[in-house]
Amino acid sequence: MKGLLQRDLRLAIRAGGGFGLALAFFLIVVILVPFGVGPSADVLAPIAPGVLWLGALLACLLSLDRIFATDYEDGSLEFLATAPVPLEGVVAVKALAHWLTTGLPLTLAAPVFGVFLNLPSGGYGWLVASLALGTPALSMIGAFGAALTVGLKRGGLLLSLLVLPLYIPTLIFGADTVRRGVDGLEAGTSLILMTGITLGTLALLPFAGAAALRVNLR
Amino acid sequence: MYCLVRGGALVWRFWVSEGFWPPAEVFSKGGNGGCGLVRRGHWPRLGPCLFVMNKPLLRVSEVACARGGLTVLEGISFDVHAGTALILRGPNGSGKTTLLRTLAGLQTAVAGEVSVADETIAYAGHADGLKGTLTVAENLSFWASLFGFGAITPALGAFELSGLADRAAQSLSAGQKRRLGLARMLVTGRPVWLLDEPTVSLDVSAVALFGEAVKRHLAGGGVAVIATHIDLGIEAEVLDLSAFRAVAPRGGAFDEAFI
Repeated sequence: MKGLLQRDLRLAIRAGGGFGLALAFFLIVVILVPFGVGPSADVLAPIAPGVLWLGALLACLLSLDRIFATDYEDGSLEFLATAPVPLEGVVAVKALAHWLTTGLPLTLAAPVFGVFLNLPSGGYGWLVASLALGTPALSMIGAFGAALTVGLKRGGLLLSLLVLPLYIPTLIFGADTVRRGVDGLEAGTSLILMTGITLGTLALLPFAGAAALRVNLR
Repeated sequence: MYCLVRGGALVWRFWVSEGFWPPAEVFSKGGNGGCGLVRRGHWPRLGPCLFVMNKPLLRVSEVACARGGLTVLEGISFDVHAGTALILRGPNGSGKTTLLRTLAGLQTAVAGEVSVADETIAYAGHADGLKGTLTVAENLSFWASLFGFGAITPALGAFELSGLADRAAQSLSAGQKRRLGLARMLVTGRPVWLLDEPTVSLDVSAVALFGEAVKRHLAGGGVAVIATHIDLGIEAEVLDLSAFRAVAPRGGAFDEAFI
């Protein structure tokens, strides 16, 4: 399992692995928004939490189809399925590797990007906390979607359509946490609800993903 | 496969997942009278599977398997005992790959039963499972670590890849990639090899290397089921799959209903 995680991280960092792609995409989205809605702080500040969360979510989506597709194409997935590791563990480790290469950098970079959008000072702590606790769910749901669509032609597009609706609860409570933090309201409830969603996906989706992979490998 | 012998009687045969295959000095094989276990520098790690002797490593009884919803083969039965190989033959599309995938557990048999102990199968399909941006050694080390197997040097040596260990896999030729894919079988430490057209894109000397590797595997008590049309220079039973072609492919009527 450790070997699998190491390999996935190494693949992501090597040339063509797509590491940094999500971060660059996030940066561009955040920079484009002020061009679209105008640079006024009064306009930007209220929408900053939502835009930051949306940007992070879309950036996460970019590299999802690579989670299983490359392994499927080169035959590694068949070997993994016959290896002495449970397929559920493979799904969980792959989601973890995806989070370490997208969710974690996004979380760490988000405060900097918050400045671009004039996010009020009360929101930064909540922004980092909500992204840290919410992005694992994005990776896990994404890994499940990738397992469902592996082996399909142009599966990446279908994957986005499948996965985005499943991201809604995390987006609602994640953005709400930051918004409440900005307004000085009680934000803990939203954060706890979102964490609950994350824990639920982490507990259940490895099994669903493994089942989907078994069907697709047939 | 090694035998634990006590008082001249064979007690257990089992697999050793340590060092290169077969590390003959670890255990002496049965028949030497006393206890057959010979200790090397340290105790080898025992593989997950234990076998009582004389049980076939792989038993296939009345298996039918399907591809794309159509039953292509039926009524296949054979035993593969330790130290023997089975060659699958048949024209293109006769179901060799389908049968091997069924044996590997990647797909379920439509009928019949495949009996094989858990975690004894190593399957090599058409693709080599290589990552182009990783080096040859990194590719092999990954599979070795996944299967709990330590050294990759003997496997690299067996397929003459030692000189290429630090090359990125994407810069290898097709034959070299295939050799690396086959070297992966050696680091699984598993007794039952299922090989689907293993000699594709191999040159004559590489085919000989592969034949030697299979012979060593068999000599160590392993088994191999190989779909190939090339003479590998190993003594093996041949099973022609065209004799088992499903007479009336089931599911045809279902398809016609939609046309």
